Amino acid sequence: MTVFCGIEIAHPVINASGCFDALAAREVFGDALRERFPFAAYVSKTVTLGPRAGNPPPRLWEAAGGLINSIGLPNPGIDTYLETHLPAYAALGVPIITNVMGSTVEQFAALVERIALRDEVAAIELNVSCPNVETGLDIGADPHELERLVKALRPLSAKPLIVKLTPNTMDVAACAAAAESAGADSVSLINTLRAMALAPGSAAPWLGGETGGLSGPAIRAIALAQVASVAARVAIPVVGMGGVASGADAAALLDVGARLVAVGTESFRDPAAGRRIANELAQRFAENAA
Amino acid sequence: MVARREVGAYVVLEVADEAVAAAPGQFYMLAAVVGWGGGEGERPFLGRAVSALFARAGRVGFLLEDVGPGTRRLCSLAVGEELWLVGPLGRGFVPAAGEREPLLVGGGVGIPPLAMFQEAWGGRALLGFRDGWHAAGASLLEGAELATDDGSVGYAGHVTDLLERELERGAGKICVYACGPPAMLETVRALALAAGTPAWLALEAPMACGFGACFGCVVATRDGFKRVCLDGPVFEASVLA
Repeated sequence: MTVFCGIEIAHPVINASGCFDALAAREVFGDALRERFPFAAYVSKTVTLGPRAGNPPPRLWEAAGGLINSIGLPNPGIDTYLETHLPAYAALGVPIITNVMGSTVEQFAALVERIALRDEVAAIELNVSCPNVETGLDIGADPHELERLVKALRPLSAKPLIVKLTPNTMDVAACAAAAESAGADSVSLINTLRAMALAPGSAAPWLGGETGGLSGPAIRAIALAQVASVAARVAIPVVGMGGVASGADAAALLDVGARLVAVGTESFRDPAAGRRIANELAQRFAENAA
Repeated sequence: MVARREVGAYVVLEVADEAVAAAPGQFYMLAAVVGWGGGEGERPFLGRAVSALFARAGRVGFLLEDVGPGTRRLCSLAVGEELWLVGPLGRGFVPAAGEREPLLVGGGVGIPPLAMFQEAWGGRALLGFRDGWHAAGASLLEGAELATDDGSVGYAGHVTDLLERELERGAGKICVYACGPPAMLETVRALALAAGTPAWLALEAPMACGFGACFGCVVATRDGFKRVCLDGPVFEASVLA
């Protein structure tokens, strides 16, 4: 049993937002999934105020040891999420963390206020890897912007607030410290690294969104360095992620100070990766104890 | 993997899998257990979405063509080597309802869903290939009429020319089931819609997961973007935008 922000969870392995669709997985893999859900908590895909269609295809590029995606956060909007998705997630039998994104402080506030009313949600994760439409600054890349956002949201909900940090910044530990001082209960990192690929035989970008986010084993070493620097700087619990594909990868993030580990791209390759990695981790703990 | 044979330009892999049998048009995500990664450009990394060619008695078959690092590794597998299999996935074909006769239209490495369709429910097949070497793949279906780009076998030209002829003869009597390269499917879609003939298209899209998680494989429909892996790969032609 692991305790994270006052939430009791079975083991320290959860999913990275956007990398596991619990509803689709149940449709494909059936009730076996509910009986043995691969993660100790379920983090939703990013929810926005209104519906989003996402970016035009192509949305994927296979990179060396990883994946560049420009999915563009498709989601049905907060109303449909609260009406239909959340009750279905609640039946998974694990704590639910809802990930939200806004383009202004007001949009974030409206999302947090709506979610604060729902008992099914154990914690709220803030996706701050987006430009502020008013200032043009990436909210999560600038410690002052981030502090302003978290300070505004903190009074709106008693639920734990997890700030999902972007790696596309000068000093990720400074951003983590800003989130902590503004009242965040936890920080999670790393999100994907901004990346690009050209269409074969062309000078034009391949992805419909032109640039995308790099994930997978290609970013594992960067994740380890960023998680280590953040964990050394803040006292709040850290959720570490980035290229985790095995119990050894998860253990490395825990060793440098993460409280929980999230699995992202590996779940695309192996839908049961969360359970496998948790089992490998438990085996390591047992061997170390013995 | 329990058997491997070459059919012209293609490789047929036969894999032991005791899980539920695939229906025509369904697919699997495939990756080699050993030697996946570290190839050209340090790829492959993700599994490859491949349609089932047959499914019987605990065996599932796949048709592959070496077109990149992933399919190259899969084509190089020897009997006894292991594969990661996730599947069967997606919504496959449904048999023709009512009086209409199924007409199967396929191209290249896209013929497996049609071979499974024909085995299950019958239907005449029109198949197109680049050349005679590739056209050997037509042996996987019964009595197919052929077209080749280079004219070495059958009609010289596109398989969609043969479809156009069939639609002129009796658009009201047939229902089209198609799988092949995007340009071919787009022509099939346009011809069928213009003729008022129902058509079901098995689409292909690069996928990261194959089971609805990544939202990477979407196709534009009249009802917005839909996931090829979950809502397809088979779509009714008229719903595509």
